[in-house]
Amino acid sequence: MLKKTGVPTSGQVEAVKPSPERLAEGPVVIVECFQEIPCDPCYTACKRGGFLPFEDINDLPRMDFAKCNGCGICIGACPGLAVFVVDETYAEDKALLMIPWEFLPVPEEGSIVKGLNREGDVLADVEVKKVRSAGSHNQTSILTLIVPKKYAHDIRSIRVD
Amino acid sequence: MNKAEILVIGSGPAGLKASLSAADQGAGVTLVERDLFLGGQLVKQTHMFFGSREQYASERGFKIAEKLTAAVEEHPGVRVLKGAAALGYYDDNVVTLEMKGRVVPVSYDAMIMATGAQENTLMFPNCDLPGIYGAGAVQTLMNVYGVLPGKRVAMLGAGNIGVIVSYQLLQAGVEVPAIIEAAPEIGAYHVHASKVRRMGVPIYTSQTVVSAHGTDTLEKVIIVKLDGSWQPVPGTEKELDVDVLCIAVGLTPLTEILFQAGCEMAYIPELGGHVPRRSAVMETSVPNIYIAGDVSGIEEASAAMVEGTIAGLTAAFNLGYGRDSYDKKIAAANLELDALRKGPTGEKIRTGLQNLKRTVEVRQ
Repeated sequence: MLKKTGVPTSGQVEAVKPSPERLAEGPVVIVECFQEIPCDPCYTACKRGGFLPFEDINDLPRMDFAKCNGCGICIGACPGLAVFVVDETYAEDKALLMIPWEFLPVPEEGSIVKGLNREGDVLADVEVKKVRSAGSHNQTSILTLIVPKKYAHDIRSIRVD
Repeated sequence: MNKAEILVIGSGPAGLKASLSAADQGAGVTLVERDLFLGGQLVKQTHMFFGSREQYASERGFKIAEKLTAAVEEHPGVRVLKGAAALGYYDDNVVTLEMKGRVVPVSYDAMIMATGAQENTLMFPNCDLPGIYGAGAVQTLMNVYGVLPGKRVAMLGAGNIGVIVSYQLLQAGVEVPAIIEAAPEIGAYHVHASKVRRMGVPIYTSQTVVSAHGTDTLEKVIIVKLDGSWQPVPGTEKELDVDVLCIAVGLTPLTEILFQAGCEMAYIPELGGHVPRRSAVMETSVPNIYIAGDVSGIEEASAAMVEGTIAGLTAAFNLGYGRDSYDKKIAAANLELDALRKGPTGEKIRTGLQNLKRTVEVRQ
């Protein structure tokens, strides 16, 4: 349970997932923010209206997935590192997953790393497709990973051995 | 004697903002910092801050320190004294500073106390073994001086500080085998907890450290499960081999000078201990002494910055500066502060402030 272990329940994770129809259309954001805290940079970072306006800074993010194109600009803006982008249309049995990364080494593009779930357990080897900086004033890297499609909603971190 | 129109003690987020807001209104500010650099705890914060744009959300703490420090040092209305520790309060608006081994008295028209807080610690057998640190010390070693505290670090406390410092230890390449929390729930923002959890760090709630062991330095700690009344459950002891134990069990406001000055104080657990009674605009019960940041109650840096702004504006206003813009600027700051405290994570501070008000009513 999130409050006791730091791991959200499957129910919490399911509740913030875009619909299967939206996932089938291409890259889309998934915001795993389950606690009302005073924080709104995700909303101000998105220029497409993908985040509905906050009435109160403590609101949980509410999404308009139709407006999201999966650009990932919100990934580097989230102080909680709780934003991910999934593209289930990448290949038959592979999906693309974008995650924030704040550790050294920053993996090389093309390298194989371990894909970890929300508890830090290794689920699969994953390939690093792309590494980009979240901006000149922000040291967070955004990694695009090629992951087995069945783990696209489970892998949330990596380990570089 | 040295004279200061507005004397600000402490250059953390509250003191920096107090200095800027007072100087912007036209007041002359003298900012005093015990350390050799400005920024207080901000300089050690490598994570992105929460809040909204007004409180520099998404920026890292040390970057906020750089911005505010530059603004203060460039401001013609602010004089900065570094390496100057406030020692004591004397009647007739005088504070003594220790500077380069000398005691220097400074008289002021108004004083803003932004001294922050100190870390709490925990007593258990061998808690004085080398290798047992406060979380702030670990952050200073790593993030200010670039020195690793050890190889395998257990964290005691799963509040924001404990969890954030654990994450920073991982970033520095240190192993963190466990975060141990006596309370039944994680106190940190859950996103922080999830961040360390998915790097493989377990968080043990309802557990604590009962003893430390080692010949010359720390070699292991014994942890134990706690029952519903926070009592150790016999037979649940577990050994954890670590060379560092990092203690992050809360903060206490640094209020000595306020006590000395005769400010009315009240013990409010939700605010971290003894805190001064204050008006809605951060005036203490002693005329011309104001407060901002953790010294007024333990809270996030975002709130400390807004409180600094309010204290700075009010101190300047009461000396005759910025009379035209005061109401508008205070209203904007109050909106920010209310928004930060409004949600479920602001409940503790709201309760604390309510209880503080109540103690005042009882006294009257």
